[in-house]
Amino acid sequence: MVALVVGQMIELESLTKTFGTGSEVFTALDDVSITINSNEFFTLLGPSGCGKTTILRVIAGFIDPTRGKVSLDGGDLLTSPPYERPVNTVFQSYALFPHMTVAQNIAFGLEMLRKSQKEVAETVKEMLALVRMTEMADRKTDQISGGQQQRVALARALAPRPKVLLLDEPLSALDFKLRKDMQLELKRLQHETGITFIFVTHDQDEALTMSDRVAVMNAGQIRQIGSPRDIYIRPVERFVADFIGDTNFLPVDLLGTTGDAARVRLASGTEVEAQAARGMQAAGGTVTMAVRPEHATLEPPEGAMMSGQLANVVYVGTDTHYHVELAEGGRFVIRRQNSPGQTQDWQEGQQVGLAFAPGVGQVLRD
Amino acid sequence: MTDVATDSAPDLGVARARRSRNTRALLLAPAMLILLVAATGPLLIVLVYSFLTPGDYGGVVWEFSTKAWMNVVVERDFFSGELQLADAHLSVLWRSVKLSILTMILAFLFGFPTAYFIATRPRGQRDVWMLLIMIPFWTNLLIRTFAIMELIRNQGTLNTVLIWLGVIEQPIQMLFTEFSLLLGMTYVYLPLMILPIYASMERLDFSLVEAAYDLYATRLEVLRKVIFPLVKPGVVAGSILVFVPCLGAYVTPRVLGGGKQLMLGNLIELQFGQLRNWPLGAALSLTLLVLVTVALLFYVRTIGREGERHV
Repeated sequence: MVALVVGQMIELESLTKTFGTGSEVFTALDDVSITINSNEFFTLLGPSGCGKTTILRVIAGFIDPTRGKVSLDGGDLLTSPPYERPVNTVFQSYALFPHMTVAQNIAFGLEMLRKSQKEVAETVKEMLALVRMTEMADRKTDQISGGQQQRVALARALAPRPKVLLLDEPLSALDFKLRKDMQLELKRLQHETGITFIFVTHDQDEALTMSDRVAVMNAGQIRQIGSPRDIYIRPVERFVADFIGDTNFLPVDLLGTTGDAARVRLASGTEVEAQAARGMQAAGGTVTMAVRPEHATLEPPEGAMMSGQLANVVYVGTDTHYHVELAEGGRFVIRRQNSPGQTQDWQEGQQVGLAFAPGVGQVLRD
Repeated sequence: MTDVATDSAPDLGVARARRSRNTRALLLAPAMLILLVAATGPLLIVLVYSFLTPGDYGGVVWEFSTKAWMNVVVERDFFSGELQLADAHLSVLWRSVKLSILTMILAFLFGFPTAYFIATRPRGQRDVWMLLIMIPFWTNLLIRTFAIMELIRNQGTLNTVLIWLGVIEQPIQMLFTEFSLLLGMTYVYLPLMILPIYASMERLDFSLVEAAYDLYATRLEVLRKVIFPLVKPGVVAGSILVFVPCLGAYVTPRVLGGGKQLMLGNLIELQFGQLRNWPLGAALSLTLLVLVTVALLFYVRTIGREGERHV
């Protein structure tokens, strides 16, 4: 693979933020270090209260970190006030100025930067076209729909051509269908403008759909950074595997590891090859292995890797979910995509076997 | 069944409308009655009196005359009999308007930052601050005015401290000047400015302020382009609430002006009292009412034009 030389755009270095004093100290950020490349669509993903929005607010300049550094293209960002940082934010509530029209909202940042009237007018026109809001230019912001407000907020933040665009759960107020459309729209805008996007969400679908890389956060710490595929298929620990998608967790005996590969023994006694998370112990003891529901299949019970009783068969449109009570205890869910002409070949209450390919299981760091 | 329902539905609607009209009239009646008896009635009497001739020992003689209204702006020279501008009245009128406007401006300059400060405190603290603003309001106006007097009189606290510190050698004459009126009225009416500004500021979405900062607006630009336009209805309301009672102020100029710095309220009292010219007093009162009405119309127009949409 050819290594692309990319300037490191935003660097967070052991960022720590605590609120409160004495016994009521709350640590919002705990030693967070991330390097975000230029032109990257980077997502901070985590449950609410995990500190992802705090990171955005530190970058934007609305709060100062307790410790740590933030640099943009090598220059220290923390010393300048918010209005001097080449960084713009799309707020969760959009925060459009209600006393201005759509066009005036988009022009605001440009006017504050003292751009010439001609340039302001041209950029506003360009931005309106980019977010497909040209006809709405003279409307007041309370005369347009939520999705349109969202697009105006985007255009307003993009108009001054920031080096980095921060997006704080911008899609959470939209309904499902609009959200799906906007996800693709955001991806398109990021591609067309070439601006680095830092996107905050608690929605794993959003994170997987749009991002180049995802940082999964919990309790103020980064748990894993990787591509959506990496995060989904190779979670390093239980929290990440659990937070992203559905997963089956199996207790296994770790027999040994060689590089990325691990050899484990299932509770049923079957030995199988699996992937090992980085930085885990070499061998010995009981560890947890994660297997995605779509990576396992149902088989006749004779000679299968594991076996159990089929407790529920749930039809959910695109897929069918099979819930199996394992003979060794615990539940295992298998997901199979439905296809035309497919017959219902497994009955509830039936004894079934389970199988998955070698290397599919992911041994987690505990 | 369905036929009956559809037939009777319109009737029911009409009846309900009629009933709600009656109820509304009934609910309004007590307030209308009080306004009629206690406001409109006396106002009509004042209007009638302003067109009558003054009696020798106060009261009025039932003889039509427009002299009182003439006297508001012009007076006949006692010796030459020529008409000339009524300087005494006009200077009082001018002082009233001038001091009211200045008080309004001062109250805004002090009140706006205060309201901003309170509105940006954590939610639990705001009520405490508002309480501190309101406490003086529960004290008698006269007592508060005398307190100001004690503060600024020649042997008062301020002068004593300044002399003791060696800043000045002779006490500064502050009492019985326009300065003392300005100080007294600003102090008394400041809460009326803070309250409405605070009310609109509390509703202000402060993420808008963050958005403006984020979009390269400096502190001053945020204030001018975002905060001020959005709390403008509160500022206009506060200005009117200060301006109107200032125009008619009586106690403050009486105590702090010491009879030297008359305002419209004092002039009116003088006509009904010592000078025994009730029609002129009535005409001056109505002049005051006209000034207030103009101010209120200005308020209604400003708010009506741009206030409604984004409150």
